[in-house]
Amino acid sequence: MTQAPRIRVRSSEATQADQPVKIDVQNLNFFYGPKQALFNCSLPIRERTVTALIGPSGCGKSTFLRCLNRMNDTIAGTRTEGKILLDGANILDPTVDVVALRRLVGMVFQKPNPFPKSIYENIAFGPRVLSMNVNMDEVVEQSLRRAALWDEVKDKLKQSALALSGGQQQRLCIARALAVAPEVILLDEPASALDPIATLKIEELLMELKSEYTIVLVTHNMQQAARASDRTVFFLLGEIIEDSLTDVLFNRPKDKRTEDYITGRFG
Amino acid sequence: MAKQLNMQATRRLVGTNKQATRTRSLAKRPRRGERVIHGILFLCGLVSILTTVGIVLVLGNEALLFFRDERVNLLEFVSGTVWQPQIGEFGILPLLNATLLTSLIALLVALPLGLGAAIYLSEYASPRVRSILKPILEVLAGVPTVVYGFFALTFMTPLLQRLLGQDTVEFQNTAAAGIVMGLMIVPIISSMSEDALSAVPLALREGAYGLGATRFEVATRIVLPAALSGIVAATIVGVSRAIGETMIVAIAAGGRPFLTANPFKAAETMTGHIARISGGDISYGSIDYTSVYAIGLTLFVLTLALNILSQRIVRRFREVYE
Repeated sequence: MTQAPRIRVRSSEATQADQPVKIDVQNLNFFYGPKQALFNCSLPIRERTVTALIGPSGCGKSTFLRCLNRMNDTIAGTRTEGKILLDGANILDPTVDVVALRRLVGMVFQKPNPFPKSIYENIAFGPRVLSMNVNMDEVVEQSLRRAALWDEVKDKLKQSALALSGGQQQRLCIARALAVAPEVILLDEPASALDPIATLKIEELLMELKSEYTIVLVTHNMQQAARASDRTVFFLLGEIIEDSLTDVLFNRPKDKRTEDYITGRFG
Repeated sequence: MAKQLNMQATRRLVGTNKQATRTRSLAKRPRRGERVIHGILFLCGLVSILTTVGIVLVLGNEALLFFRDERVNLLEFVSGTVWQPQIGEFGILPLLNATLLTSLIALLVALPLGLGAAIYLSEYASPRVRSILKPILEVLAGVPTVVYGFFALTFMTPLLQRLLGQDTVEFQNTAAAGIVMGLMIVPIISSMSEDALSAVPLALREGAYGLGATRFEVATRIVLPAALSGIVAATIVGVSRAIGETMIVAIAAGGRPFLTANPFKAAETMTGHIARISGGDISYGSIDYTSVYAIGLTLFVLTLALNILSQRIVRRFREVYE
């Protein structure tokens, strides 16, 4: 009787499933002090694909994302077990240089966090601290173009980034991440602080960027996952419950818990 | 029906229903306690404002007497190189020079140390280490300045003499006083700067870490610029403390007005001079007496100018982060 309202899914190209694995997470356990937040999570993340991580608040999806570039290292008292292979190399190995890792695996945060500097300086920050030998003006223009922001800001590059709107600030943060030429981009609920139109722009941008980058997107918004991703992963209480093509997960979920969540029975 | 309900509501608000008047009247009630508290709190604020006004009035009034005296010339006061009230020489430069010299030395010591300590506490230290170190550092600020004065005289000066030779370093000198004064203001600068650094949102740090910045790059390129206004404010408070500091310079810097740029020679600062003169037997209303107020007024103008200048600098360079 209560037919589950199906979420319309963008037709996903068949090739996505065949993309090679870029990041292979194996048996990942994560602890905040004595409290375990991730339980034995294994997930292959495919190249040039948008992978969406969904699940209720506190299910560990953001924690999982932050493991992928070892952002959790900045929090005292955390512990990680298991393996995360980036192109075959374990990034959890203590000998890995996190600075080099974060250059390859860039990140965009929930709340736009532009530096309190000019638009130009925001983009130039990454290449500068990494001493990248590049033509800075070119990098700034290219990054802003890729983030679909160039036309809006090209005449005010010297102005403070904080004068931009929230949606523009978030695209600036994406441009900033692109400027260091990463291979993977992690986005932690990038549109949760934005209005619907700005959200749509970010989603369109992700679809364009996936031809060049591997994208992992955390979102609490199921419509967004359905619209913007190729694969969707459902987290619950620190465990990965289901990992499928997005239209499969939303229309023919294999697990009862996934179905309960996407039909709005909890969460 | 609706009208009836409305009437009932009106009646209750106006208070015709006796039961309702007691329990839910919206009429204004006098709250005398609230007004008394309001008044007392206002008086607390007023006291410090009135004190400031009083000090300025007394300073200005007595200094005016000094400048009205026919032996005094304003131009000579600001440009004269000799301060000898007994023979009618009133040039502020020797005193001003010693004050600026000791304060500059103090700043050169305190700024790197204080800022370094602040960056360590805010960006590098674990919460546990910070919770132990910060209070200890702040205890330094509570040491009486007379203790610092003797520390300068009996430790810093002998140390300088051993390093540079007894012929170079006099028994009293501005270097020792300045260095020790610098140590005294380290806690002020570090504590206030640490507050400013810690107030920078975590999101900015994460953004920079996410781009592959190292801890030091995050601290110096993101956090420090964002906290600049607080750090400048901390520095100004520290410098104002140094300019106004009396005991250390009275004990260790020198007891005679002497114009020199050599930090290893004795020279008396404005505050040191005021302390020495007002401790002696000078008669009320004499030119010696009013000259002290003229020096005081100069000090006041100096710190005021410094504060205004710093506010300008802060407004010009700060990065507002939200």
